[in-house]
Amino acid sequence: HLATSLPLPSERDHLRPRIDMIVFMIDIKSKYSLKNVEASLAYVDASFFLGKVCFLVTGVGRVNCCSIEMNAIWKLGEIYSSPVLFCELEMEGIRVATAQRLLRMLQICAGHIPGVSALSFGSLMRSSAND
Amino acid sequence: MSAMESVDGAVRTLPSIGRLSRGLLSRGLLFGGVHGRVGLSPSSRLLPPAPPSQENVDSQKTTFLLRKQWTLYSVTPLYRFSDTHLKDYARLLSAFIAAEKQKGLAVEIGVELGIKVAISSLPDLRGSDRDQAAILVQLSSRSPASPKNSEEKVIWSGWFCSVSGDDFSENVPEDFTCLPLFLANGAESYTSIVGSWFQKTFDCCFRRLAISPLNLSWMAAMWTGCKVDKTASAMELVFSVPHLPQPLDISYAIHPEDAKALWDTVQKTPGEITQEEVDVFMDCLYSHFHRHFKIRLSATKLVKVSTAIASAHCDGIIKFLQSQYLTGVLMLLTELAISQIQ
Repeated sequence: HLATSLPLPSERDHLRPRIDMIVFMIDIKSKYSLKNVEASLAYVDASFFLGKVCFLVTGVGRVNCCSIEMNAIWKLGEIYSSPVLFCELEMEGIRVATAQRLLRMLQICAGHIPGVSALSFGSLMRSSAND
Repeated sequence: MSAMESVDGAVRTLPSIGRLSRGLLSRGLLFGGVHGRVGLSPSSRLLPPAPPSQENVDSQKTTFLLRKQWTLYSVTPLYRFSDTHLKDYARLLSAFIAAEKQKGLAVEIGVELGIKVAISSLPDLRGSDRDQAAILVQLSSRSPASPKNSEEKVIWSGWFCSVSGDDFSENVPEDFTCLPLFLANGAESYTSIVGSWFQKTFDCCFRRLAISPLNLSWMAAMWTGCKVDKTASAMELVFSVPHLPQPLDISYAIHPEDAKALWDTVQKTPGEITQEEVDVFMDCLYSHFHRHFKIRLSATKLVKVSTAIASAHCDGIIKFLQSQYLTGVLMLLTELAISQIQ
């Protein structure tokens, strides 16, 4: 399910399936996208931040088009204890690899992988990012 | 296709200033060799010292640098370059250019009789004694139409410089000279000939230096705060709107006094600017624009910044407009060049 911002419209609440994972997409070329994500985070229930939220930063192939300061993004990841992934949507290989990665994370968040919970996976990702 | 939107000087008090929340970021670390991550910029920068009342940069010598469009390059350290051999280098470069012309690579036919090369040092263009003095290369020629003894016209200029690049030059081995910033004005064909001679002779590498929207917004903030004697020209920001079938540019002109007034309310410590202050300044301008035109500039790409001090374009093109702030702007550009090299 794709949305441009949160909260999701309440009219369709009863039709919506359970949400297992939220990926916040930030386009490094648009400062507005960061602001939008920051505003939308306020509408997310706290239980999601136990491994069911991640930040995906796109457009990283073009350092020279960067409109967002990276410290702000790292800070976001820290404050919300969620992993930050990077990708370049315009390159097919990276796009496919990122999609596979997200799919894997979604499987874990939905509980389809026995023995790995969203929370344990989240802390695994966090400790490897800090190395 | 372009849309010109300008905000007139009647709006003097931007009422949103008082209601802005200051945010969590405290004064960050000074720029100290943190490189390599995507888009990482320092959380704070020191402002260049205010120009002294008696200028130590002789404005006459540097006037020819003003009001010209310079294309920016980053240059890796030069191996075995010596500023005592400038005349020899000029001779060698001249011979190289003549050879290239014979090969048919210099494009303009019949315009020049002969290209003269002059390489000189500009000792005043540096941040401190630890910086290497700037080196100027000029190509001049006489057109066939003018009389024999007439003065030669400069057809191409390029200069290497380093302002406050000592962090970088300190870590470089003995035989290398650090002049990480290169600025060129003139035909691209000459830039590539001169560039390839330097690359071959001193084993260095030239790369176009682009300026990201993030760094352009730093420039907008830093330059707005500078005091200018004469009536300053308007501050202009140009944005390019992505994802449209036809390219659209938005030009946002701000009265310089309004911009300075806004910046003065934002900046806390004189002599230092933080990322947070730059963000607040730009957000203020963006929300002001949004209130009037319902366009979110933060979703567009900032491509050009023009102030009374200088103007910069994201493709790596700069124009200096005030000689007193020349070294200040060069200091920032040197920093950008160094981070591109590392």
